[in-house]
Amino acid sequence: MKRNSIKILLALGLLSFGITSCKKNLILIPNNQLTSEQVFSTPAGYTQAMAKVYGAYASTGNTGPYGNADIQGVDEGTSDFFREFWNCQELTTDEAVITYGDPGVQDLHNMVWDANNAVSRGLYYRSLYQITLCNNFIQQATPAMVASHSISGADAANIANYVLEARFLRAYQYWVLMDVFGNPPFATDATKIGSAIPPRIARKDLYAYIVGELKAIEPSMVAPNKNLYGRADQAAVWALLARVYLNAQVYTGTADYNDAITYANKVITTQGYGLITNFQNLMLANNNLNTIPGGGTVSEFILTINYDGTKTQGYGGSQYLTHASVGGSMPTAKFGIAGGYAGSRTTSNIISLFPTPPTTDGTKFPSNGDVDSRAEFWYPGQSETINSVTTFTDGLGVCKFRDVTIGGGAQGSDPNFADMDLPLFRVPEMYLIYAEAVLRGGTTGDAVTALGYINKIRERAYGSQPGGAGDITAEQLTLPFILDERARELFWEGHRRTDLIRYGLFTGGSYLWPFKGGAKSGVGVADYRNLFPIPQSDLAANPNLRQNPGYGN
Amino acid sequence: MKKTYLIKYVFLLFFVLSAAAAFAQTNVVSGKVFDETNQPLPGATVAVKGTQKSAGTDANGNFRITGLSNGTITLQVSFVGYKTMEKIVSVTGNVTVTIGLMPAANDLNEVVVIGYGTEKKKDLTGSIATVTAKDFNTGAVTTPEQLIQGKVAGVSIISNSGAPGSGSQILIRGGASVNGSNQPLIVVDGVPLSNDGIAGAASPLDLINPNDIATFSILKDASAAAIYGNRASNGVIIITTKKGKAGKPVINFNTQLSIGKLTKEAPILSPNQFRAYVKANGDSLHIAQLGTANTDWQKQIYQTSVSNDNNLSVSGTAGILPYRVSVGYTDQKGILKTSSLNRYTAGINLSPSFLNDHLKVDFNFLGSQQKERFANEGAIGAANNFNPTDPVYSGNSNFGGYYEIMDPNNPGTLKALAPLNPLGLLNEEQNRSTVYRGIGSLAVDYKLHFFPDVHANVSYGYDGSNGQGYNDFPPTAASQYVGAKDANGVIQHGSNTKYKTVIGNSTIDAHLSYSHDFKSAKSHVDAVAGYSDQNFTTTTTNFATYFSNGEVNPTTLPTYPTGIGQYDLTSVYGRVNYAYDDKYLLTGTIRTDVSTRFAPGIRTGNFPSVAAAWVISNEDFLKNNPVLTNLKLRVGWGKTGNQDGIGDYEYLGDYSLGTSTAQYQFGNTFYPVYRPGAFYANRTWEETATKNAGIDYGFLNGRISGAIDFYYRTTDHLLAQINEPALTNFANTIVANIGNMRDEGVEFNITGQIIDTKDISWTANINMTLNRNKITNLTAVANPNFPGLQTGGISGGVGTYIQLNQVGYTKYSYATYQQVYGSDGRPLDGVYVDRNGDGVIGSSDLVVRHSPDPQEYFGFNSDLRVKKWSVGFSARANLGNYLYNNISSSTGIESNFINGLGIDENGSSSVLKTGFVQGQYLSDYYLENASFFRMDNVHIGYNFGKVFKNTGDLKITGNVQNVFIITKYTGVDPESTTGIDNNQYPRPRTYVLGLNLTL
Repeated sequence: MKRNSIKILLALGLLSFGITSCKKNLILIPNNQLTSEQVFSTPAGYTQAMAKVYGAYASTGNTGPYGNADIQGVDEGTSDFFREFWNCQELTTDEAVITYGDPGVQDLHNMVWDANNAVSRGLYYRSLYQITLCNNFIQQATPAMVASHSISGADAANIANYVLEARFLRAYQYWVLMDVFGNPPFATDATKIGSAIPPRIARKDLYAYIVGELKAIEPSMVAPNKNLYGRADQAAVWALLARVYLNAQVYTGTADYNDAITYANKVITTQGYGLITNFQNLMLANNNLNTIPGGGTVSEFILTINYDGTKTQGYGGSQYLTHASVGGSMPTAKFGIAGGYAGSRTTSNIISLFPTPPTTDGTKFPSNGDVDSRAEFWYPGQSETINSVTTFTDGLGVCKFRDVTIGGGAQGSDPNFADMDLPLFRVPEMYLIYAEAVLRGGTTGDAVTALGYINKIRERAYGSQPGGAGDITAEQLTLPFILDERARELFWEGHRRTDLIRYGLFTGGSYLWPFKGGAKSGVGVADYRNLFPIPQSDLAANPNLRQNPGYGN
Repeated sequence: MKKTYLIKYVFLLFFVLSAAAAFAQTNVVSGKVFDETNQPLPGATVAVKGTQKSAGTDANGNFRITGLSNGTITLQVSFVGYKTMEKIVSVTGNVTVTIGLMPAANDLNEVVVIGYGTEKKKDLTGSIATVTAKDFNTGAVTTPEQLIQGKVAGVSIISNSGAPGSGSQILIRGGASVNGSNQPLIVVDGVPLSNDGIAGAASPLDLINPNDIATFSILKDASAAAIYGNRASNGVIIITTKKGKAGKPVINFNTQLSIGKLTKEAPILSPNQFRAYVKANGDSLHIAQLGTANTDWQKQIYQTSVSNDNNLSVSGTAGILPYRVSVGYTDQKGILKTSSLNRYTAGINLSPSFLNDHLKVDFNFLGSQQKERFANEGAIGAANNFNPTDPVYSGNSNFGGYYEIMDPNNPGTLKALAPLNPLGLLNEEQNRSTVYRGIGSLAVDYKLHFFPDVHANVSYGYDGSNGQGYNDFPPTAASQYVGAKDANGVIQHGSNTKYKTVIGNSTIDAHLSYSHDFKSAKSHVDAVAGYSDQNFTTTTTNFATYFSNGEVNPTTLPTYPTGIGQYDLTSVYGRVNYAYDDKYLLTGTIRTDVSTRFAPGIRTGNFPSVAAAWVISNEDFLKNNPVLTNLKLRVGWGKTGNQDGIGDYEYLGDYSLGTSTAQYQFGNTFYPVYRPGAFYANRTWEETATKNAGIDYGFLNGRISGAIDFYYRTTDHLLAQINEPALTNFANTIVANIGNMRDEGVEFNITGQIIDTKDISWTANINMTLNRNKITNLTAVANPNFPGLQTGGISGGVGTYIQLNQVGYTKYSYATYQQVYGSDGRPLDGVYVDRNGDGVIGSSDLVVRHSPDPQEYFGFNSDLRVKKWSVGFSARANLGNYLYNNISSSTGIESNFINGLGIDENGSSSVLKTGFVQGQYLSDYYLENASFFRMDNVHIGYNFGKVFKNTGDLKITGNVQNVFIITKYTGVDPESTTGIDNNQYPRPRTYVLGLNLTL
């Protein structure tokens, strides 16, 4: 008995150690997650992974509208790409003021942001997050990887297109970083994610990379208007190139207006790219259904971020533009929303760019019977003078973005979220780039064509015929006019900061607006604010980075 | 009091045998021994002083000593855990005596439950505190940890809120982690509990009936806790439930009736103050919205709550089977209307022995069913904010009849972002849960026949719970006003959301223990070696939300029907205790753990400890000292691990499918997305090393006793949230093993039996703890520009943080601007000290200081018994703890009262002092010293003694809980687990009447 007992004890002991060593390599797999091998084993898996690469524009996380954020350290609702981008591009300028006391928001219009600014930090991490998704997708979608999963034919071709589009989205986000932060960290799919601390890239070098990358993918991209709605095509590449070239002087110190004209013209002259008839139908719930006359299903949108009130929910993008801008006595039903957040308005500088409205009583909603249909402002209960940025009724309300359907004015699919898609590029910007580049000395275009393009925009705005009320003369077509026309046409679409910098008016004291620099009638600010600082959190984590001049360190 | 029973039986057996051997005597002394509750005490030893004669008491407390000659003898009666009593008896013929024993205050022979075994208190080398039932807090105690609040140095227990069953934050020596868990490991009858919450239960511990608990053992230092290795960094609390008593059945019934009341309303403007303020500061729009009502919204949402608690237990021995069976029923109402908790519990303990006590079986089961209704605590904030000049009811049937704020510009529509009627929020929601939990353990202990020094112990424990519930809103609820569209595009209102989580955690443990006295070498050796395997599985069922008409809300269809999370901990452990001559004690332990939460290759953690003690009072020069009767010096070092507070699979970095509301549109098709997960493949054990030095002391045979401990604890591979360099991961912050932290502290406690006579006894205890925490590193490479990690989101601006984890500071320190005050002493709106002198107030002007954790905390306990009366109190004090008054900062500003949304909102009366217009969220004006002294409990009891013939012990008690609080803090309650005071469910003052009957 004694011997047996010892044997049993020994056996138990051995069993214990045996089980322990097994557990050393036991992998418990979650029931509702997939490994990368599983995701990238089918064409559908690639599409769904690509849906996230694009979706990082429109969703803030994996649980719409809120609850499983992509970006940490900022409120999820505010971490939406277009909301952060819009805040940096618009709240810093004469186009927008906001009541919100969220961290860092008021510092934008006051132009006192620092390296811990929550808004610019959110944009920085959002852009780099989407780039990381692009890098990851490209690494998973090499021809060899695709072939190894026995995917071939049309499916493989589609995945190859995804790779090109991922490269485009990456170039777009690097453009955002180049424009806003100047000298960000840099990594491509050549580096395994997480294997190295990314180096810093200088603005000039980043410019070369973006241009080179866009030109590299241009020939292979899906032809203009031939891709699915929401996916980038060749025209998107041209549009981004045109925008980048227009600002080359700012980014590199060397202008390149000829290329700006060339690429803008490629979009303009491609069959199907024009203007829809009614400007006021651009920013509505089902704006994906807008078509240009004779254009079939083609709109003036070159590439959009697609939102949906029930399927792509979030507190950014078009939800932000349709909700934050409504307050005071603005009629919520006409905006298709359950209630406004009483946040953003515009300043008298923008109002003064439009003809005097015949009425300010709100009856001619969304505009004021103005001959320029783009003057979509709300006057009742609002004062043009801003005494306090944080008082909603100071400044004029904006009616451009409304989550109601075209024609019927019915509410979008959800009273709390928006269906409206937001264009990253639309055709009028190409007209404006063409004209501005010609005026700035570009020789690949001509002044007569430029005037024609500008008048196209104006005729649509005024609802007039060629030679009618909207048209301007060759003498009127000046660089300051272009800047003003951009403010009228592209108002609140995320261009203003870049435009003012290109015109040298963003910083300094030569152009002022209410509460620029925090003073009621505006005050000049230092030139280093043409760039945002690299967020302190990434400077601390990445020793390769350097702070932009003016922000310490 | 598990401690005594095994020993009881051993004694019993021995003395029955010895009694049988002695038969040729003349006179007989017989009698009965009782304990302090007048229960027969089996197993006590009755000896005739100066002779070899002695006997043990039987199961009914009877003893019999024969063979005595006439004359006077002294009987010496002793029992473990009780004061030895002497009684002089004149023997003339046969004599019968009765003897009552009283429990000893601090008996060094008391047996203490340590990990995987027991140890006599005198032989301990680590810092271990025990609290037994007689010292528990009394009154309306719904969750177990409240029993020992304020009783133990180094243990801070703060109830999360005043909601029924809301549970507590338990911190032992301040907690060892930043982003990992700071909760101690809790082991109930050998079953280590998971720290994960149970769906539908405010706190997982509230499913354990406090009345079933016999003792708490708190292993504070690493040398004591390291035997639990893997989850022991924050200390270990071992809970032992009550066991069956030998003898005839004892029935105990106790019942309590309690009444809860709000102690203090939040300081907001009264209706008249509000009117005056709006008229003075508002524009015509806001003035026009002033009503004629005078509504105290706080009065509307709070109530006087009446609760009761009833427990019945029977313990005894049936044949060879000692048993204890208990049932309990608690019906607790909260002081916030609609909150309630309803709990049934059952406990069973069976502890039979077989084969002449060689084989012992211990079976424990604690089961409970709890039904809870959760109040919408948003009503607390709404009551502070809702216009007090508006009435409660509208007079029409909209929104269930509750008055709501409408949009003047859009007639018939509710004003967006306006506060909702507080009473409507409570009544127009049904958030109910039903939770079942069972904790069972079966342990078999076999003393080897051929080698009785060795025990083999195998046990299996299971902790299962099933929590489910629903949250239901009627279509009339104002919160459902907006609604959502159904599949046909029609707006529907009302919603019903179900939830369900099933948790099953199992533990298998097998260990061998060895105990031997080497008499010739004056040595005693205890050793234990074992293996344990724990599996934790949580299955969550995902449900869609339904509209009130029963149709599904199409945006809420779950992506997956269930989510299963599981992990596995496998461990081997061993411990050796060596004692030489009862003077020199040495303990060594080692534990190796494997956790599947880490990647293969780095999932093993080794957690050793050593400790030594010198019992100075057993040295010759102190041995018979009548004053200093116990003096022991202890030193120890040990390492423990932590893997709680992180996900189960995070090293994998797998893809997860987005919900139906986070799809993306290509063409006309919406695609659910696959998102790659953030990964941190190198994450491994957080390791904590603790050095501890302590002195146990006792004067006058334990009448004054206590301990003082010094500790120094460092945490390495800190589980802390760090910034990931952008482009290197699918997240910009992640919980990594980077950083170091240290805690140092002193604990002191003293317990005195100040008066100890038959009629009057007075015991008092004071304990104090001093703890200093400092984060010493948070980056992989030292970086002087590291900005720290923001934490502590506040309400006010969306995404505003008030706290910072920063190198060189206490964890969760506050980062605030230094307020500048005017000559009139009022804070200046938006004016702060420009610390770096750059002319701009920016993040570099933030001052990092103070933390929510107290620098020192104290417990005071006193119990006085005068004949049949007893009175006592327990109180606590915290010093140096700060609290951010978020109610004041977010609502005590003009732009809240007269806001840009065009709504009149009430708020904190601090606006009258500050005059602030805009939110000054980061001003240190709102960071208040929240040191306090709180009288937790005052109680009085009367023991009627026998109310029936020879039986039926009746005791009636009265308690007041949360009696008063002394503090400078201006908000409702200075005590907070988060450091941010934002509309916390207030802790009620409770009046309790209790009755206890023993048969």
